[in-house]
Amino acid sequence: MVDYVFERHLSGGILLPANKTASTAGPIQRGFVPTKLVLALRQHRGNAAEPVVAVGERVLKGQTVATAGAAPSAAVHAGSSGWVRSIEERPVLGGHGVQPSLCVVIETDGRDERVPAAAAPSWPTDHVAQRAAIRAGGIVGLGGAVYPTADKLTTPVPVETLIVNGAECEPYISCDDMLMRENAADVVSGTLLLTEVLGAPRAIIAIERDKPQAMEAIEIAAHAANDQRLKLAEVPTIYPAGGEKQLVELLTGEEVPSGRYPGEFGYVCQNVGTAYAVQRLRAEREPLIARVVTVTGGGVKKPQNVEVPIGTPIAELIAYCGGYNEGVARLIAGGSMMGYSLPDDDTPITKATNCIIAALAEEVRTEMHEWPCIRCGDCAMVCPSRLLPQDLLVAAVASDFAALHTLGLQDCIECGCCDVICPSQIMLTERFRIAKRSVAVRQPIPVTSPGQD
Amino acid sequence: MRFDQPTAPHARPLVSVPVVMRRVLFALVPAMLCHTWYFGPGLLLNFALTAAAALLTEASVLRLRGRPTRYAVRDCSALVTAALLSFALPPFVPFWIPLIGGAIAITLAKQLYGGLGKNLFNPAMVGYVFLILSFPVQMTQWLPPRMGDLDYRPLSVGEHVAYVFTGQLPDDLDIDAVTRATPLDIVKEGLRAGRPFAEIRGGSLFGDFGGRGWEWVANFIALGGLYLLYTGTIRWHIPTTFLSGLLVPATVLYLIDPSAYPDPGFHLFSGATMLGAFFIATEPVSAAGTDRGRLIYGAGIGLLVYALRTWGAYPDGVAFSVLLMNGTVPLINRYTRPRIYGQR
Repeated sequence: MVDYVFERHLSGGILLPANKTASTAGPIQRGFVPTKLVLALRQHRGNAAEPVVAVGERVLKGQTVATAGAAPSAAVHAGSSGWVRSIEERPVLGGHGVQPSLCVVIETDGRDERVPAAAAPSWPTDHVAQRAAIRAGGIVGLGGAVYPTADKLTTPVPVETLIVNGAECEPYISCDDMLMRENAADVVSGTLLLTEVLGAPRAIIAIERDKPQAMEAIEIAAHAANDQRLKLAEVPTIYPAGGEKQLVELLTGEEVPSGRYPGEFGYVCQNVGTAYAVQRLRAEREPLIARVVTVTGGGVKKPQNVEVPIGTPIAELIAYCGGYNEGVARLIAGGSMMGYSLPDDDTPITKATNCIIAALAEEVRTEMHEWPCIRCGDCAMVCPSRLLPQDLLVAAVASDFAALHTLGLQDCIECGCCDVICPSQIMLTERFRIAKRSVAVRQPIPVTSPGQD
Repeated sequence: MRFDQPTAPHARPLVSVPVVMRRVLFALVPAMLCHTWYFGPGLLLNFALTAAAALLTEASVLRLRGRPTRYAVRDCSALVTAALLSFALPPFVPFWIPLIGGAIAITLAKQLYGGLGKNLFNPAMVGYVFLILSFPVQMTQWLPPRMGDLDYRPLSVGEHVAYVFTGQLPDDLDIDAVTRATPLDIVKEGLRAGRPFAEIRGGSLFGDFGGRGWEWVANFIALGGLYLLYTGTIRWHIPTTFLSGLLVPATVLYLIDPSAYPDPGFHLFSGATMLGAFFIATEPVSAAGTDRGRLIYGAGIGLLVYALRTWGAYPDGVAFSVLLMNGTVPLINRYTRPRIYGQR
């Protein structure tokens, strides 16, 4: 019952070692309650949530600890029952690395006591109220961008297609795969709910070919739901097929113009985890208090997927997964291509954290020597934006802003494909990030030409 | 616990410059052995001498430039230049020819432009052209293939090595008795003299497709080229359009007048066609950088090779064609940029 099968309809991209099997061997571990929850009030672009609890107050599982600020924003809830110990600045991983952020710190009491179901309002029937409920439920995009979902459900043009992203193309990450295998019915119901709220005539759940079990589960659930609007698409296993603009290109053959969003052209992308969270909110009145996190890498004893309360310190999650192995060299939040390396394991899991990789030295790039660019052009071959990274490199070293603009620096999605394919092992993506920041402030770009040593 | 914090991507690079260069060298090994079987130890001697000169000059110039040498010498790029140049040289030349060629290729074409990745022109071809313009006599001392000529008295390895290093030939031989013209040369002279191509091809130095022996070296070079394609070391654009650019005019003119123009098969398996298509024109630094640009670049070289072979002064034209097209690369790159995703 797969409606569309796509072979290859993507510019660039690269086939990478998946490294997913270690974490998909067993089921998602559920019911984990940490001793402490560090709830960041700003976990996404847009405005921070505003705390509505006081230090010393007891909170219940699912209770709102901060309400959404001015849009775009999303509320924050307690993932377990306990006591508010402090409201203070703590280092939290955000969109620009680890930065201090205001956090509500809760010491859990182990009772995991819920907000009484009777206290929760019933699910509204009109779409405006549903969006408000999604906003109050703290639901954000769980694919990594964590844009507040309610704000993404308001589009400037009528929605033609809702795309539910189950591609999960990045190495190591398997949380969406496992969620689709185990909670396919909820993912499908959530997809249809989002379709309803958007008024979309069509919804496509897109899954990469390397997830046959997830596809089978979703097929069965979709068959049971029996909704003509729902379509399933199998997309090729290629990184970065799951990038928002890449997926739109794959599924529709259309390109989202430079600097614009799919929503402006009738396409709304939501992650499968978001669809699941929306369904939980409708069915169980449960706001976004937990998410599935892939804990993996050679540096952790028991690689697995865990349903983790938002705010769990990473150290506690690692301990829950058996602790570190000897020789762990790097801790990455996210996948191996676009994830952030963390300075320590004190920072909390946020709504954005889909994966924690405790990597051994041999799993990650450690040799930092670069040869000069030999202009082989392999970087251009794999670039999903069809840029010429070898020319961008020259322009960045020369701080040539005009050339950088012509060559499309602003269209670089920082997927990292060029770094991995480059025989000269040049750190292109990092140079492009630095160049983007310098261009924004019209400052000379502090990057060097590769191969100087 | 604390960790180091390099930026994404964290995945290890899939390949490295030395690996790419070693693949190119590895791809040339079958052709080297075949060449040695047909033409004696000349190619191996040339390779040893060009390699020594190339590595030595690379290290010395880097030192003069105040640059570190440890990665540059180990990246095997100088060895690739040396290997390609040694294939281009006649197998029977005095030792100073490959020494000068290797040194010129590295200094003039590579290091003076800034070293690896900076050369505008293919270093091996610059070395070759320098030699053929400076030492035209030595650079035409080609040997016949093994059993190519029944009247021919082949040199022993000792006699060959003695000539290379001392210039001494055995008493019963002079240089004209040892060396022979190449098939491309014979065809060019013959056609110029008005002999029909079919008659020229009947000579003892000719095989099924090109020259006897030469055609097998070409086959093994093509095999190495397929290995490079298979491993993703080179891509299809340049070899395909290079060969088409050569074969299309060759076929058309051969069909028009088969007595005045060599058949396309002869062009394909003679001279440096295969080496040029798979190993020389594909040298990434001096080639066009975009996919569409590479189609144009390859086609341009192929057409020029045909034109130079047919109407030029030299029997083969791969080196000149590659260098001419090297000069057009900045222009080609400029006008063949791919359309960026989401831009009109």
